[in-house]
Amino acid sequence: MNAAAAAAALTDERVLIDHSPPALAAHEVARRYGEGDTAVDALRGVSLEVPPGQLTAVMGPSGSGKSTLMHILAGLDQPTSGNVEIAGIDITKLKDNELTKLRRKHIGFVFQFFNLLPMLTAEENIVLPLTIAGRKPEREWLEQLLESVDLGARRKHRPAELSGGQQQRVAIARALVSRPTVLFADEPTGNLDSATSGEILQLVRRSVDELGQTTVMVTHDAVAATIADRVLFLADGEIAKSLARPSQAQVIDAIQEVAGQ
Amino acid sequence: MTGVALKGLLARRVRAVLTALAIVLGVAMVSGSLVLTDTISKAFDTIFTSSYSHTDAVVSGKKLVDYSNGGNATVSKELLERIKRMRDVEAASGALLDLNGDSTHATLLDRDGKAIQSNGNPTFGFGIDTSQPRFNPLKLQDGHWAKGAHQVVIDAETAKKHHFAIGDMVGVAAHGPKERFRIVGTATYGNVNSLGGATIAVFSIPTAQRLLGLRGYSAISVAAKPGVSSEKLLSELKQEVPATAQVRTAKEQANDDKQGVASFITFIRAFLLGFGGIALFVGAFVIFNTLSITVAQRTRELATLRTLGASRRQVLRSVVFESFAIGLGASVIGLFAGFGLARGLGSLFGALGLSLPEASSVYATRTFVISLLLGVLVTVLAGFVPALRATRVPPIAAVREGAVIQRKKRLGPLAGVVLFGIASALIAYATLGGHLGSGKSLLALAGGTLLGLLGVAGFAPVLVTALAAVVGIPARRFGGAAGRLATDNATRNSARTASTAAALMIGLALVSFVAVLGKGVRGSIDRAVDKQVTADWVVTSQNGWSAFPAGAGRAARSATGVTLASDIRSDRGRIGKADVNVNGVDPATIARVYHFDWKQGSNATLAGLDGHGAIVKQGFAKKHHLAVGHGFTLRSPAGKPLRLTVAGIFQPPQVMEVLGGVVISRAAFDRTFVRPSNSLTLIDGSPTQAGLDKALAAFPDAKAQTHAEYVKAQSSFINTMLNLLYVLLALSVIVSLFGMVNTLVLSVFERTRELGMLRAVGMTRRQVRRMVRHESVITALIGAALGLPLGIMLAAAVTHAVGKYGVTFSLPVASLVIFTVAAMIAGVLAAIAPARRASRLNVLEALQYE
Repeated sequence: MNAAAAAAALTDERVLIDHSPPALAAHEVARRYGEGDTAVDALRGVSLEVPPGQLTAVMGPSGSGKSTLMHILAGLDQPTSGNVEIAGIDITKLKDNELTKLRRKHIGFVFQFFNLLPMLTAEENIVLPLTIAGRKPEREWLEQLLESVDLGARRKHRPAELSGGQQQRVAIARALVSRPTVLFADEPTGNLDSATSGEILQLVRRSVDELGQTTVMVTHDAVAATIADRVLFLADGEIAKSLARPSQAQVIDAIQEVAGQ
Repeated sequence: MTGVALKGLLARRVRAVLTALAIVLGVAMVSGSLVLTDTISKAFDTIFTSSYSHTDAVVSGKKLVDYSNGGNATVSKELLERIKRMRDVEAASGALLDLNGDSTHATLLDRDGKAIQSNGNPTFGFGIDTSQPRFNPLKLQDGHWAKGAHQVVIDAETAKKHHFAIGDMVGVAAHGPKERFRIVGTATYGNVNSLGGATIAVFSIPTAQRLLGLRGYSAISVAAKPGVSSEKLLSELKQEVPATAQVRTAKEQANDDKQGVASFITFIRAFLLGFGGIALFVGAFVIFNTLSITVAQRTRELATLRTLGASRRQVLRSVVFESFAIGLGASVIGLFAGFGLARGLGSLFGALGLSLPEASSVYATRTFVISLLLGVLVTVLAGFVPALRATRVPPIAAVREGAVIQRKKRLGPLAGVVLFGIASALIAYATLGGHLGSGKSLLALAGGTLLGLLGVAGFAPVLVTALAAVVGIPARRFGGAAGRLATDNATRNSARTASTAAALMIGLALVSFVAVLGKGVRGSIDRAVDKQVTADWVVTSQNGWSAFPAGAGRAARSATGVTLASDIRSDRGRIGKADVNVNGVDPATIARVYHFDWKQGSNATLAGLDGHGAIVKQGFAKKHHLAVGHGFTLRSPAGKPLRLTVAGIFQPPQVMEVLGGVVISRAAFDRTFVRPSNSLTLIDGSPTQAGLDKALAAFPDAKAQTHAEYVKAQSSFINTMLNLLYVLLALSVIVSLFGMVNTLVLSVFERTRELGMLRAVGMTRRQVRRMVRHESVITALIGAALGLPLGIMLAAAVTHAVGKYGVTFSLPVASLVIFTVAAMIAGVLAAIAPARRASRLNVLEALQYE
């Protein structure tokens, strides 16, 4: 799917929401840490569907289970019960090797602390998922990516020579390069100042709009949440509230409401 | 992925180099040992083949016994004449030239009249028929060949070193008193510049025969007429020679000449490679430890790779590739460093009195292959467990702060205990069976030691806290806050501290093992010698163990104050198919200067020694089923038989027996053995050193020592041996030092934020340095606390096994204290760079460090 086609497909988002199979679906996902008296239920049965081409944000106070949810959705952690499907595949049943193959094809990651490899240049970092999968990057696609994250001039720089915002843009391009089914962003602005955060959020939004990149973003930043098509609010391991395209004020109200429960 | 791994390695260059250093030394030792021994071997090859370059066949006296003082049987002048007259013989020439035996030796004296010892190397004295240059292995460099009774040609190297010019007079001591010769020429042996530091004196044949006390020739070189095959010549010659002589092709003869040297070289090679092996073993520990730490520190990076789609296999491959690259780089450096080390080892042996011949270095393909293969293999094997650990990094560690690798249940301590148990069993088998020295038991001992070290390394983490509490006492008491923190730092990652200390432990265990055993052996030698020899003074050769001219004994007798001088003749003889030590003693006086431990007979038995009586060693009697009154035949190295009857049986100590298997009267000895010479002359009375020295002036090969000096000198070789072992083991201690530096550097790096915090709350730079230094010293002392007892226990086991040789267990306290202090110094040295690095951290940056 090229950018134009993706953009065209996005023109009627209602159609997509209603009729396309979800890119990501969770059914009654529960996660318990520890055993006996000291057991903690981080998730108590969460079900959700992420439609393709949409940006879904997950919010919630500390300890609400939002990080655990994302880890399980992304196949980094196993649920105690329930299952998760990506592109129709139940990832909770997969073996390590199968999960690895799934990651190569269907999952992209953007981390709070960027997690770039310090010895590689920006460009090498971006194509790393392809290198690992033993694939050659398409030149045209790479140039397009570099241009869209505005790093064409800095492609030969190493992470240490880049600002925080630039590093996160490299990370986003790296997550997009294999055209994953779902891109997971874990507090992508958590380690950046507010001006830079704005740039990064615009970039994430653009990748959804222009590339049709299905994205799940965990954040505790109300501003960040406003770029989402849908915001899920977690409290005590359950989805407490869901808002479509909320304003900043709505988000802040919802946070307070959820925290006050 | 390998590209990524390679870039990672290049980005962490300093770390990679530090890691690599651990293996460089071991590989250098391996390559150095191979180059050195190949070079020696080549030098000897050249020497032996150039001896017979224009010769088709060699007729020589048969070698009946090994290591004879008198030398092999000689071949007669009549035989030479007969051979010369043979139809197919073009030319033949006799010579007195035996590179292997001790019979063609003549000591040159320097300008002060002292024997030129050349570090225990041979001092050759040859007789050569220079009228037939084709058979002459020596090349004249200057002047002319020696003629008549008063001329000598010496080797060019010695002439240069001791400033002798043609026309000068030089002293020569051979089988009789020293004589003076005029130097008429200088020569070299074949195509080699130096015969391993040996000195050579070349005389005319009659002069050599007189000087050396030999009749005939040691060998006759024969050249066939054109068109006569050497096979034909050989078979014709075989019909001509007597039973005591043998005929061989030049090649066979050269190979045979080489045999003794070849087994010596094989031994040296195995010996040196053993230390290379130990250094590699220690290096493996260091590699294992360093890679374990770096893998742990790269948890997030590895996890990120997993989230980007890297499989476990890819992670494994990338870490293994990393160790491969480190191993390869280190091995290449080590290989070339070894070329330099070969020279160093050569000089080391020289400094300890074991000079080896010099020639241009030999770099065999085998050296390259073995060094590289071994270095890479050891590194990759040592890096395999850390690589496996890297595969266990879960992808979730990419997002979790402070995620640690999930460990399988820790098997280290348990496996360590099991290994230690197996090791103890192996060592017990080797040392309690009463057969130490057999190949199987030595293998069990070596294997047991190896497993024991691995075992202790396995359960050391459990001991670290307790050991640190003890060895950390000075740090806590005198080091202030820095000292207390250092103890805590040393114990917070006990596995890391343990394996760092374990590397040092190996070197220290082996060093204390040899120190304890060395002291025990030394004591047993001292006691054995002291018990046997009751004389007031003892005349020996300069080196203390080779034979010296019988004339020296007679000369010593003339010194004022000597009441009794009893010569002990010594050579090797043959009984049946076995070689045996034979001593000739003066029956009238020997019992006054030598203590016989009689099993059958008494000092009175000695009186019956005249003629054909023999006193034999108990072990010898048992082996040959001899009892008092039984007869047997002894053959001299020249093949002369002597019929003997057992008159008595005695039991010398198991080590350092002064009198050996068969003791006969001096008169019978002198009748049977050619060139009779003394191993000792035992003296009673009250002569002065100056008086004895003067009496022995004509025999520069001999020296007089008091009883106490003699006893001490007999065990002094143990000290030489210990020094050699210390130097070679120091190599593995240095390797473990690199390991300590590595661990500290990585720990400092890991604790950047914490160090920043400590500085922020008021710790001074000096305190930071002290903290790192204390931690290093504590780690080193843990190594000592593990290694010293281990070495001592091993030495105790081996001491038990060799108890019948009179070796008793005795702690060399001073040496052990020195080793402990050396370990502390090693700790201080290892901490220099890491401590400086820690103290120079920028506080603000360190606090923001993530």
